[in-house]
Amino acid sequence: MTEKITAKDINEQDKALLSDLQDALANCMKCGNCMEVCPVYKEVGKEAAVARGKLSLMEGVLKGSIPLSAAFDAAMSKCVSCKACTAKCPCGVPADELILRGRQAAVKARGLHPIKKKVFALLKNRHLFDFSLRMAGIFGPLSFKKIPGKMAALARFPMPGMDYKRVTAPFASTPLRSQYPEVIKVDRPTMRVGFFTGCTINYIYTDVGQSVINVLKENNIEVTMPSMQHCCGTPVYMSGDVDSAKILAKHNIETFDSYNFDYIVSACGSCTEAFRIEFPHLFHDDPKMSAMTEKLAKKTYEISEFLIDVVKIDKTKLGPVNATVTMHDPCHMARGIKVTKQPREVLKSIPGLHFVEMKAPDRCCGSGGSFSLGNYELSRKINDKKIADIASTNADTVVTSCGTCRMHLTDGLFQNNMNQDALHVIQVLDRSYKAGHQK
Amino acid sequence: MEKHHINALKEIVGEENVLTSAEDLYCYSYDATPGHAHMPDAVVSPANTAETSKILKLANENHIPVYTRGSGTNLSAGCVPTKGGIVLLMTRLNKILEVDLENLVAVVEPGVIVADLNKEIASLGLIYPPDPGTVATATLGGTVAENAGGLRGLKYGVSKHYVMGLEVVLANGDIMNTGGKNVKDVSGYDMTKLFTGSEGTLCVITKIISKLVPAPEARKAMMAIFKDLDNAGKAVSSIIAAKIIPATLEIMDNATIRTVEDYAKVGLPLDAEAVLLIEVDGNPIVVEKEAEKVMEALKANHADLVQIAKDDAERDKLWAARRAALPALAKLRPTTYVEDATVPRNKVPDFLREVSSIAKKHNVTIGTFGHAGDGNMHPTIVCDIRIPEEMERVYQAMDEMFKAAIALGGTLSGEHGIGLGKLPWMEQQHGLVTMNAMRSIKRALDPNLILNPGKLVGEC
Repeated sequence: MTEKITAKDINEQDKALLSDLQDALANCMKCGNCMEVCPVYKEVGKEAAVARGKLSLMEGVLKGSIPLSAAFDAAMSKCVSCKACTAKCPCGVPADELILRGRQAAVKARGLHPIKKKVFALLKNRHLFDFSLRMAGIFGPLSFKKIPGKMAALARFPMPGMDYKRVTAPFASTPLRSQYPEVIKVDRPTMRVGFFTGCTINYIYTDVGQSVINVLKENNIEVTMPSMQHCCGTPVYMSGDVDSAKILAKHNIETFDSYNFDYIVSACGSCTEAFRIEFPHLFHDDPKMSAMTEKLAKKTYEISEFLIDVVKIDKTKLGPVNATVTMHDPCHMARGIKVTKQPREVLKSIPGLHFVEMKAPDRCCGSGGSFSLGNYELSRKINDKKIADIASTNADTVVTSCGTCRMHLTDGLFQNNMNQDALHVIQVLDRSYKAGHQK
Repeated sequence: MEKHHINALKEIVGEENVLTSAEDLYCYSYDATPGHAHMPDAVVSPANTAETSKILKLANENHIPVYTRGSGTNLSAGCVPTKGGIVLLMTRLNKILEVDLENLVAVVEPGVIVADLNKEIASLGLIYPPDPGTVATATLGGTVAENAGGLRGLKYGVSKHYVMGLEVVLANGDIMNTGGKNVKDVSGYDMTKLFTGSEGTLCVITKIISKLVPAPEARKAMMAIFKDLDNAGKAVSSIIAAKIIPATLEIMDNATIRTVEDYAKVGLPLDAEAVLLIEVDGNPIVVEKEAEKVMEALKANHADLVQIAKDDAERDKLWAARRAALPALAKLRPTTYVEDATVPRNKVPDFLREVSSIAKKHNVTIGTFGHAGDGNMHPTIVCDIRIPEEMERVYQAMDEMFKAAIALGGTLSGEHGIGLGKLPWMEQQHGLVTMNAMRSIKRALDPNLILNPGKLVGEC
């Protein structure tokens, strides 16, 4: 390897990035408790797969003992960012964040992975991004075969970066935000809410977005989907490209701030986490942005959390949904924004619905956002455990609060020849409201 | 190690089970002990006993050091490949081979995680009691090799009380079986006990026959706070004198109490000199009676506050303080040494006093908690290994602490093992005659000194 870049080189490039990393890494006492909960380590079985190994590798690079190599890069990428290690750590080491820093160091030293580079370049250009994904919705059926009755599709022929057998969701022919006016009026609104749709809901799971709008309308809430909103930046941030993440974050912050909403609502744990935790983190040293970001963070809610904690929905309006439902907690809900009670309360408010808790509902489903793109086999193995846990509940429906979790669960159910529905919590509530009208 | 050795290893276990990249090797250069790290030349994961045997034969013929490793949670640098060579990763041997309900015995491979064995047998109403702090991550092979104990040591004993037989591979690659399913067995030297706790210096364990016991039907937890350390010590003695053997009898010293309170705000008085956590278990009727007697003993010895858990939720509350002990201490500073010097039960208050005066003398932060019932203390030193001047003081404190334990008739290690960490004091505890006897055993079974060389008995 001639293009080895040593700690000294990075040090010269970015001293601040390193110095605070060194202290954080020193706090890991190498007890290895993270091995108990790391879904990747459970499958791979090698020390470099678990947080303790990854943090040691970073230490090794900082000491100059090992190079910032392709193998280092590969080790850092083998993480679903489920935060289970951080939640488990007796020393309070934020391992998931440190691993992101490791990725950032790798990006700084070696550049982004070429495929990601192309995707992220596209992502930074909102118009081009929107255009491409609309085209995907229009021309998608040519390359994907829809699975009847499900929001799912199989590739018709091998595609680069995609496993042939994998089930994904079809791109919508009309994105959510084009299906509605920007402002969705109601008579005598009780409040004005900005809906941050996120990419999966706008371009793929428009059914979830429709349910969010329906439910908010049921509660006399005026919904606005700012047309200029864009990807929250989490995928780029998670890949270590902080500069791009900042561009996307700033765009969204300025967009949402200009509307002066009462609340901002999202139906995705990761998007909510972006507004609430990531954005303030990205701009903590920028006084002007920081004030605006903190203000938005305080009024951002995940949809179930919003309905239970803020709206305090009137449960007498709900009609019966006869289903046996189990729930998967997305990592960024359970350990990111720590919202697990409210979605359960939503479900338990629905008459006729039988809720069954699965084993370890907050264990990662293996999707890891874009992790499953580059590591499909591994994410499949992690997911198979989740699918087995779903099967043992005998539920006919599994619900979650994240688009990529839903997609990965749908794939897992298909691969394991199971027929359960995989839905977002809000879709079940939407059905319940509809049933309530028929009472 | 040379290229042809690596190739030969790949022949044995397959290409994908030999790791040689700098990044992978770096990840196996350490265990959970601060301050010890060394790069191996290869990490080799066998799938079975036959492969393990071939690896050892090759290593023995070529004088290559072999460091057996499970999950690498060792606290005495036992897994650190100090002389390079092979890290022998046993985690692929991870099957529970048999649960024999008629003999109450399990036959397991060494890579099985302790908690996984317990999960498997829970539905059968059985437990495997040794429960070191790392039960959820540590392998049975590792805990048997270290003769690990845990919170239930007083009543249930430690690993060696459960290992009935072993299959091991000797240094030259020979496969050997010891013991079996017999409750009584005096046929020959007790090689099972010799290998249990041998810290990877005499053999590589490839199969474990372990005793299982019925799970207790009921349990009851109590907590007592003492302003006076001696009263806590007397309370422990009175409980035992009342012929009660609690499953758990834990103590925390003042330094730990203050740290825990600062971190978890569980409501402990900052001037308390000791907190005792006691749990009795077994038959529900007996448990009630024993709990009563424990409460009497606590009150008779002037406990300043006693609490008894009425249900599981209250039990969790009482346990919260003890559970927070290590995390709270570990968060104070970057480096954490969890020691395990052990003294006879009646010397616990003396030892705690010694430790706190040593800490004061050298200006080192030490919180001590541990298993008061069996005298196994965990003086936990928190520091920053990157500050040489501080480490000087830490090493001095450690030295005096171990000497104090020995002077009280105690031992260097109750459950973490000697490895490298406590090697300097071994001769002081055992004397030259014993050390020579131990080294003779080592040389007899491993003449080329390839198995975890330099550890436990030092250089031979």
